[in-house]
Amino acid sequence: MRDLVVDVRGVHYGVGSRRIFDGVDIAVERGSVTAVMGPSGTGKTTLLRLVTGQVAPGAGTVRVFGEDIAGYGRRQLFALRRRMGMLFQNGALLTDLDVFENVAFPVRQHSRLPEPLLRRLVLMKLQAVGLRGAERLMPQELSGGMARRVALARAIVMDPEVLIYDEPFVGLDPISMGVVCRLIRQLNDALGITSILVSHDVQEVATIADRSYLLADGKVVASGSSPELHASTDPAVRQFMDGAADGPVPFHYPAGDYREQLLDVGDLR
Amino acid sequence: MTSLAGSLSRIGSVSVFLLRTLAACGPALRRPRLIVHQIYNCGARSLVIIMLCGLFVGMVLGLQGYDLLARFGSESALGVAATLGLLKELGPVVTALLFAGRAGTALTSEIGLMRATDQLTAMQIMAVDPMRHVVAPRFIGGIIAMPLLVAVFDVVGIYGSQLVGVTLMGVDQGTFWSQMQNAVDLRDVNEGIVKSLAFGLLCSLLAVYEGYNTVPTAEGVGLATTRTVVASSVMTLVVDYMLTAAFIKL
Amino acid sequence: MVPNRSLEVGTGLFVLLGFAALGFLTTQLPGTRIGIAQDADTYRVSAHFDNVGDLKTGAPVTMAGVKVGRVASVAFDSREYKAVVSLAINRQYDRIPDDSWANIETAGLLGAKYVGIDAGGSDGFLKDKGIIENTQSAIVLEKLVNKLFAAFAGNKGGSREEGK
Repeated sequence: MRDLVVDVRGVHYGVGSRRIFDGVDIAVERGSVTAVMGPSGTGKTTLLRLVTGQVAPGAGTVRVFGEDIAGYGRRQLFALRRRMGMLFQNGALLTDLDVFENVAFPVRQHSRLPEPLLRRLVLMKLQAVGLRGAERLMPQELSGGMARRVALARAIVMDPEVLIYDEPFVGLDPISMGVVCRLIRQLNDALGITSILVSHDVQEVATIADRSYLLADGKVVASGSSPELHASTDPAVRQFMDGAADGPVPFHYPAGDYREQLLDVGDLR
Repeated sequence: MTSLAGSLSRIGSVSVFLLRTLAACGPALRRPRLIVHQIYNCGARSLVIIMLCGLFVGMVLGLQGYDLLARFGSESALGVAATLGLLKELGPVVTALLFAGRAGTALTSEIGLMRATDQLTAMQIMAVDPMRHVVAPRFIGGIIAMPLLVAVFDVVGIYGSQLVGVTLMGVDQGTFWSQMQNAVDLRDVNEGIVKSLAFGLLCSLLAVYEGYNTVPTAEGVGLATTRTVVASSVMTLVVDYMLTAAFIKL
Repeated sequence: MVPNRSLEVGTGLFVLLGFAALGFLTTQLPGTRIGIAQDADTYRVSAHFDNVGDLKTGAPVTMAGVKVGRVASVAFDSREYKAVVSLAINRQYDRIPDDSWANIETAGLLGAKYVGIDAGGSDGFLKDKGIIENTQSAIVLEKLVNKLFAAFAGNKGGSREEGK
């Protein structure tokens, strides 16, 4: 029996008339790094919101830590979220606090740890992401990569069981990308946690993910380990993995006949 | 009519938000540091503009009041006219409008920006209630700051009207003050205080509401701040009428 | 935390200022005496009136239209059933004859009451704690109107007798 931290089964979800998920199955094993990939706009962030209980599926179940979270009230959701850490695309650091206070924030809110203990805890987490010396800087003074690392320190400060990363590589230079990549894998193994990664950076994901899911058109079109996906012959998977401009996801936005529009002399008179 | 339904739903939405904010006020009061920060934000940082405008409003009252009363030979009533005008109407209303413009927009854009950069969501994920940590302290801060700002406005305004009336127009200082003291009742002062509290609640509520419910984009924040000013201004004047009528009946 | 020492000081100052303003408004304005325009160099003179109208403390005292002092207090003498008004006159005006008249006058048509002093001819001058004997009470509008009506009615009756 696999120990599934997150188990998404047959989930359908739509906003208004838009169908975002049309029967999605995703299973995240404990201790693994699982990636969810796909072209832009396939609702990867929405998936994360389903897992954290911010939205509820139209149909299907979302089980986290073995329980269906559909019926969770506010208190249960809060308890659930305390076992999870989340890293947002832009860090989402609180702008009126410095680095130290940002990382200390969850601890202060949820416990009455004595100040000396709190200080050491925060410094340890900052050390883990390599930013112990930056504790007094303000978020506005940090580069994108540094901000994300601080946010990561904040996400792990309460020792969560699951870490969720929303597009952690977006907008980073190659060095920072390498740093974040290494951190994700190292933290996952060192802290014994489970990581869920939403990204469209195929190369980076390939180096660290144990298992990847590829979403397109609201469905899972492929899943498996990185080598398996790279060897796939499915056109949709191939286009994504190779980064081809045209394929199942077309280059041209739907339009009328090209020849007709050019040759129509109606506007020349 | 969609606009009618839209307005009704907006009123309902604001009311629900008010209840949620009030519920969050209890826990928020346990963190006085946040509230102090907000009192500074809304109050102390608005002080200069309030004092400046109070001075000029008072001086205009002095001028206009003198001009008007002189036609009836009642210049000596200038103190009464200016003070009552300030205490009961101009003080609370003008301060509320200035508050909406300066502090209200600051509140809305702060919270709106937090919404647009996912800070509020991050808080929720960290199992911290943004209502308690972000919204309620600003709401309380605004309500506390308003009566204080109005009081300062009134005092500066009275000084301004005295400046014009006595120094410029030659109304006798003794007459100015004695007439005023005899005509001004504690009831009039109370009316001003009640209005300032009511406007404080209203403008703060609308400001935090718009900020919290911003569309999380750059334009969204801009639109929200505009709505704050418009809604605060209109509602202040409407409630002003209601309170004035209520006080006259009492 | 963001440097909050100056912030707390700033907030404290603001709150203090606000409460001071509030305190001023609630205690100083409604009918309480305040010591504005304290003329230290004054001497007191009192005058008794049958009716002071709505003369208030702080109202000016004038001679020939020039302000020479102010009304310091208005009290009621329950033995003589008269109003006792205490005037604070600037010390520089120390040549007011002691047989002068003190009249309660009205500024403008419907204005506030003030005290006007018409100089007498005596060689003696008012000093501190002096008394002005000759006083003219305030003209109360209603009584004037009643008199007018009474006179009018009387005239009418009289003229009817005289005329045809």
